[in-house]
Amino acid sequence: MSVVHDPIKAPEGRIETKNTTCYMCACRCGIRVTLRDGEIRYIQGNPDHPLNKGIICAKGASGIMKQYSPARLTKPLKRKEGSERGDAQYDEISWDEAFQIMQDRLEHLRTTDPKKFALFTGRDQMQALTGLFAKQYGTPNYAAHGGFCSVNMASGMIYTIGGSFWEFGGPDLDRAKLFVMIGTAEDHHSNPMKAAISKFKRNGGRFISINPVRTGYSAIADEWVPIKPGTDGALMLALIHELIKTGLYDRDFLVQYTNSAELVSTDEASDDFGLFVRTDIPRDPDCFDPQDHVWWDRNQDKAVHARDEGTDPYLLGGEFTLADGRKAKTSFQLLAERVEQYTPEWAEGITGIPAKNIKRLAYEMGITARDEKIELPIAWTDAWGKDHDTVTGNPVAFHSMRGTAAHSNGFQTIRAMSILMTVLGTIDRPGGFRHKAPFPRPIPPCAKTGKGPEDVQPNTPLNGMPLGWPADPNDLFVDDKGQPVRIDKAFSWEHPLSAHGLMHNVITNAWRGDPYEIDTLLIFMANMAWNSSMNTSDVRKMLNDKNENGEYKIPFIIVADAFQSEMAAFADLVLPDTTYLERHDVMSMLDRPISEYDGPVDSVRIPVVPPTGDCKPFQEVLIELGSRMKLPAFTTDKGERKFRDYPDFVVNYETAPGSGIGFLAGWRGKGGEKSMKGEPNPDQWKMYEKNNCVFHMELPKSYQYMRNWNRGYLKWAQEHNLARYAEPINIHIYSEILMKFRLAAQGKTEGKQPPDHLRKRVELYFDPLPFYYEPLESQLTDKHKYPLNALTQRPMAMYHSWDSQNAWLRQIHTYNFMHVHPETARTSGIEDGGWMWAESMHGKVRCLCRYTEAVEPGTIWTWNAIGKAKGAWRLSNDANESQQGFLLNHLIAEELPAHDAGEHISNSDPLTGQAGWYDVRVRIYKADDADPKMSYPQFDAMPAMPGTGKTTSKWLNFFAGRLTKGAK
Amino acid sequence: MTQLALVIDLNVCVGCHACVTSCKEWNTSGPAGFMTDENPYAKDPTGTFFNRVQTYEIGEFPNTETLHFPKSCLHCEDPPCVPVCPTGASYKRKEDGIVLVDYDKCIGCRYCSWACPYGVREIDEQQQVMKKCTLCVDRLYDETLPESERKPACVLACPTSARLYGDVHDPESEVSVAIREEGGYPLMPEWGTMPSNHYLPRRKTRMHIHEDELQRADNPLNKEQRGPSAPVKTPTLDDSTSW
Amino acid sequence: MNPAFSVIFLTTLIGVGQGMFLALFTGQSYSAVELLPTQDSAHFYGTGAMLALLFLVGGLVASFFHLGRPERAWRAATQWRTSWLSREVIVLPIMMGLVFFYSLMHWFEWDTVLFTTKAGARLQLTLIIGTLGMLTTFALFICTGMIYACLKFLQEWHSPLTVINYILLGTASGFTLATAFANISAPELMRFYAIWSMIIIAAGFITRSASLVRNSRIKAKSTIQTAIGVRHTKIQQKAMGFMGGSVNTRDFFHHATATFLKTMKWSFLLLAFVVPFILLWVGMDKHNSGILIAAFVVQYIGLLAERWFFFAQANHPQNLYYQTI
Ligand SMILES: Nc1nc2c(c(=O)[nH]1)N[C@H]1C(S)=C(S)[C@@H](COP(=O)(O)OP(=O)(O)OC[C@H]3O[C@@H](n4cnc5c(=O)[nH]c(N)nc54)[C@H](O)[C@@H]3O)O[C@H]1N2
Ligand SMILES: Nc1nc2c(c(=O)[nH]1)N[C@H]1C(S)=C(S)[C@@H](COP(=O)(O)OP(=O)(O)OC[C@H]3O[C@@H](n4cnc5c(=O)[nH]c(N)nc54)[C@H](O)[C@@H]3O)O[C@H]1N2
Ligand code: SF4
Ligand code: SF4
Ligand code: SF4
Ligand code: SF4
Ligand code: SF4
Ligand SMILES: [Mo]
Repeated sequence: MSVVHDPIKAPEGRIETKNTTCYMCACRCGIRVTLRDGEIRYIQGNPDHPLNKGIICAKGASGIMKQYSPARLTKPLKRKEGSERGDAQYDEISWDEAFQIMQDRLEHLRTTDPKKFALFTGRDQMQALTGLFAKQYGTPNYAAHGGFCSVNMASGMIYTIGGSFWEFGGPDLDRAKLFVMIGTAEDHHSNPMKAAISKFKRNGGRFISINPVRTGYSAIADEWVPIKPGTDGALMLALIHELIKTGLYDRDFLVQYTNSAELVSTDEASDDFGLFVRTDIPRDPDCFDPQDHVWWDRNQDKAVHARDEGTDPYLLGGEFTLADGRKAKTSFQLLAERVEQYTPEWAEGITGIPAKNIKRLAYEMGITARDEKIELPIAWTDAWGKDHDTVTGNPVAFHSMRGTAAHSNGFQTIRAMSILMTVLGTIDRPGGFRHKAPFPRPIPPCAKTGKGPEDVQPNTPLNGMPLGWPADPNDLFVDDKGQPVRIDKAFSWEHPLSAHGLMHNVITNAWRGDPYEIDTLLIFMANMAWNSSMNTSDVRKMLNDKNENGEYKIPFIIVADAFQSEMAAFADLVLPDTTYLERHDVMSMLDRPISEYDGPVDSVRIPVVPPTGDCKPFQEVLIELGSRMKLPAFTTDKGERKFRDYPDFVVNYETAPGSGIGFLAGWRGKGGEKSMKGEPNPDQWKMYEKNNCVFHMELPKSYQYMRNWNRGYLKWAQEHNLARYAEPINIHIYSEILMKFRLAAQGKTEGKQPPDHLRKRVELYFDPLPFYYEPLESQLTDKHKYPLNALTQRPMAMYHSWDSQNAWLRQIHTYNFMHVHPETARTSGIEDGGWMWAESMHGKVRCLCRYTEAVEPGTIWTWNAIGKAKGAWRLSNDANESQQGFLLNHLIAEELPAHDAGEHISNSDPLTGQAGWYDVRVRIYKADDADPKMSYPQFDAMPAMPGTGKTTSKWLNFFAGRLTKGAK
Repeated sequence: MTQLALVIDLNVCVGCHACVTSCKEWNTSGPAGFMTDENPYAKDPTGTFFNRVQTYEIGEFPNTETLHFPKSCLHCEDPPCVPVCPTGASYKRKEDGIVLVDYDKCIGCRYCSWACPYGVREIDEQQQVMKKCTLCVDRLYDETLPESERKPACVLACPTSARLYGDVHDPESEVSVAIREEGGYPLMPEWGTMPSNHYLPRRKTRMHIHEDELQRADNPLNKEQRGPSAPVKTPTLDDSTSW
Repeated sequence: MNPAFSVIFLTTLIGVGQGMFLALFTGQSYSAVELLPTQDSAHFYGTGAMLALLFLVGGLVASFFHLGRPERAWRAATQWRTSWLSREVIVLPIMMGLVFFYSLMHWFEWDTVLFTTKAGARLQLTLIIGTLGMLTTFALFICTGMIYACLKFLQEWHSPLTVINYILLGTASGFTLATAFANISAPELMRFYAIWSMIIIAAGFITRSASLVRNSRIKAKSTIQTAIGVRHTKIQQKAMGFMGGSVNTRDFFHHATATFLKTMKWSFLLLAFVVPFILLWVGMDKHNSGILIAAFVVQYIGLLAERWFFFAQANHPQNLYYQTI
């Protein structure tokens, strides 16, 4: 008789646990990894980590299958002589050879024309290093994923309130009573958001979700408000209309903390038309938002310096006549006049939400904000020196993400939403929106890019930051004809406020040589041959396109990836990266830390297992290249290599010699006694290791709220070099910054001027007050022919395109359906589970249909990036991902059809260059019964790349790292 | 008598599948393992899971509810899967009511899975023994784990804490209180299996607005009316009467 | 349920074996009281019982294909207190043993007459073994039937009809085989068997039809509402949490079309009942072994279809959870 199975006895082996930080997604939870005999057995949420407090998500708990995935690249590879890009024919080479190839090429470009080297990075979290490298190299052609991701959210809010959702702030659900979530499926704050929503609901909070689709978070909302895609701006404006009309706005907040009561010149004739009326108090020339605006005081009935003690301004009040006869109105008056036309009835026709519901939503928000006020006994001092005994909160919290961001009207929509939040008085207050360090920033933040071609010089670091925040037209990165300096045309008149670049146009622009040709394109952690490119089918052709003399239009492509992705197939040189469990990483204050509402937090990754094969952390690659090319930041005064490796760099690098600011804020100073600022500490890594890989600094309570105007906080931030100024950051109800661009477009200013074909565009969209316009693609589409909107959503159990190599996660999402309302489908003759076509102006896909009652009937949607190219990710050629799955991107154009503003204008927000993913309009019809039962388009199968693993086994038995044969 | 069980709060479950993969991850290399996968990188991948999350739609647009519904073995108090097992491999532990399979006895006849109305037993197609949720029994009594972690892996993982764990026979336990106060219910009560796991229904928070809340005296609009600032030039009552 | 071929063969093959044995035993009993002519033991009963045993062994072999771990099959005998499957596992070999001995004893004519009644009826040793065999045969039918009938939420199965059908259908097929066998080795008994076969087929037809009628009227106790605990008339599954299939989608549903199901139903009604009945009639009339063998073969094929349908028709409530990928 065999031994009876003991259900409790742990299998033998040496057990150890190590803490590090997850990177199955950008949320960056703390994880605890249990190893048995050195092999990963279990990954759990670290209970002592401030972000996730022990919880973990589906992806995080599947890290094992990523670590041991056969799709991992483990060898540096060089494209086989004579093979085409995309064929994935490679030879293994050594790292020495790889470095030599890169060094030769990049050094040559740096001494001749540094902008011919372009470095673009995807969903990484090390922009502090990649940006530094690009700047040191001297190329303007650098950006991370923000442009195709959610820059509208960042800039729409930062240009309005000095902080943003995304990774920079969020809803305070601990104290909110009403929570309105707009256009969010999953977002970056994955785990904490889930925990917070659950707690919020259990505490009796009311949760409203505004989304064309009801899944995920929306599923557990108390009320689902189905909205037509791209129309949130109309809804926000109607809500503001109703709040102003009923007086449900927080007057005190608007007066003191925003530019609402500040006077704007309304005299068309005067020089300062559209600008704030200013007093002539002296101003700091470097400060963007000097405190020199005026109010109209009701007691003295005249213009006074804003916020002077004892004055009491009008917030509305029509037009005022200044002493010199100029006319002026308050910002709020202008806003009220603007939203006059935006009635709920008007919005009903656009959004599909009944007017009575819009009104009710407005009342729910307004009444909750007014009647459920929170008073916390926290004394604080405002920026003007006034003491307050308490902190007040109006407990209405919002959250929004790409549902508003990924439309070409997103910037103005998000401004409207920020203003709505402001009107309710919920900014950096309990129960409302809360900032996370290093936010709030000045409006706009101080960082600026170069301003012209002269800022790009051979053998010289770039003059200016790699990315920045234009405050007026003169900050644009254009030549004297107003033409872009950057390959992605960021910071040019086409997309002036493109704070995160336009990565989605890089390949097309480089292929076309517009504005110029480049030589080497280095792509790190972005699958641009698949889901981060719009117009994917054509982009794949462009990557492989040659000119008459047989040379590639993009001469050299380097891809740093960890997996056999679709992109890896197009590389001339493949650099195999480590996984997150094999490398050092920092979630730095210089980039996007994981700060909490109560103070700054940064964190690190410390390897738990050694690198696989010849994998090398990309950070090490950059340090090595920087050292070899003797870029100043990586080289000592004596011209020697400065940093041994990346961990050494992290410890010893300072933003400027002696600045005391480095990549990590915790345990600085010789013995780790300082925080935020201090000399390098040789034991810094050890201290992070001891402390769960995270540094969390809790600010005093009095610094935790009202940070835009909190003297204590602003001073603290300034002292710790988080900010240059300690000026209050007043909210921009009226955006003078936008007005300056409009004035330039109208030819009323002296500085930089847009090229003529863009004047109308800039004039129209740079409206200083929020307004609603139809997304650009809709404006340019025959909406009778293409009546539907097509969207994607993030599935919670998959990260972009990169989890199909994961044996567990791919069982949850093996392929994707197009989700269609039954009526919509039936009118097109499409059956539930049947094959259908979705076609845009631009392309078409064949896919499987799934009926759903949980969608606004004019919208169809699918899970993003589940469909894969044949053979990619080491999946078999008949894998469901490529045969039944599909990618929506084939329908989405990266450029708009030619129109007034010209040809080849990016399909993006005209202000920020945010990719308009969710603007695409489609029609659908039943697939012919004779059609192959297979998704379309299909691509030639990608063979296994050298160094990847075996996938032939029918069985997979995971036993703590060992892929065992089943014991039978 | 102790009856350990899970209570799943459908009111907060967002369908994230964290419980699904963390279960697989913990159990595949523990005493309940392996949890074999078949065709892991090929067509129709399939494998053993102890816990799955499903999605249902209730009602019609626009009154649609989307329900995420996790399901694992419910550790029935009167489990029909146990008496039918010809080998005694399926058993219910006396001490805590957990229903388990002894892999060393199981002959893989699948009969117990036919006898479970809930579809939560999954034969391991390679090892050919029956597998199912063990309630992570190997964590619950493991003294090497900190007290706070002596819970099922899925419970520790769940981001919304939609999964409560405890003794449903102890009226004061968190799970019993939740069942009692939040309307916890068992699945398919019609079969008398008395599932120990319970589900908590969706609950709605609504707001009621009263007319007068829109017209209050403290309405800031009252402050925005501008009076005439300069003296009025045209005749006023002051020009014609005196009192 | 998804019909598993091992189980279909197991139940039908042992059914034939059991029925054949019952036929032999009935024959012998009749001749013991001299209602039938006495047979040459070795040839008729000995060979006949071997034939029955062959079917039983065939069934046993088939059953092993259903086990994931056949090497541990012995363990299945331990839970006779609660498990019908365990009981079946115990009874089947006992019955096989008895049949084996029954055959052996006939073969070697260890058939002492223990006792002769005044009327001349002889009680032979083989009759005692045979009686035990008959009892275990019925026990086996009951065990097999109860394996299915005891699963209360498989409502199509949860009925005495399930057991009755197992008994009648198995017996009928065995009697048909016995008819053909008799025509070859003991023609004088053929009519007797043929008539009994037809009677049992007719009875089986009635009870099987009764269960068809019953099943068509079943109102499922479990609904999607009770499955997930939500009261609403419109509930639809949208995802079952995995897309490449699982045991739950493979074991519990036949994946055949409704038309196919219908075809199977009519086929088995024809093949298991109507056609063999007619063939028996004609074969009996013509004393034609070919036709009688055909009757058995057709009936067996019909029973395979019947068993397939028996499984396919059973709607497991777990399927409520596995409706949409
Ligand atoms: N239709 C549609 N398209 C979209 C979106 C949408 O909503 N709809 N969303 C857009 C958005 S917001 C984004 S952010 C993009 C994201 O798009 P991408 O940035 O392209 O994201 P992934 O597809 O995950 O590709 C990242 C690449 O990184 C690789 N990788 C994974 N881990 C590592 C690692 O540790 N090191 C290295 N070097 N590489 C690694 C992966 O193998 C993969 O090739 O997609 C965009 N595309
Ligand atoms: N699991 C997982 N998590 C992720 C990612 C992932 O791939 N997987 N990706 C990460 C990345 S890079 C990003 S950028 C974030 C993005 O996080 P989210 O913003 O949550 O991403 P999306 O899935 O694009 O969600 C957009 C939501 O907006 C809705 N929507 C679309 N158009 C409109 C509209 O016009 N109005 C309204 N109100 N709603 C609309 C869609 O239905 C969808 O629910 O997620 C991050 N987190
Ligand atoms: S949310 Fe992201 S970081 Fe957190 S555990 Fe999941 S995958 Fe990892
Ligand atoms: S849920 Fe099924 S497997 Fe679990 S105890 Fe109940 S009947 Fe048995
Ligand atoms: S499969 Fe295993 S546990 Fe289930 S009834 Fe058969 S022997 Fe028992
Ligand atoms: S209790 Fe354990 S075995 Fe059961 S579903 Fe949860 S994690 Fe899996
Ligand atoms: S982990 Fe929690 S929220 Fe996620 S699916 Fe499971 S029960 Fe639901
Ligand atoms: Mo993104």
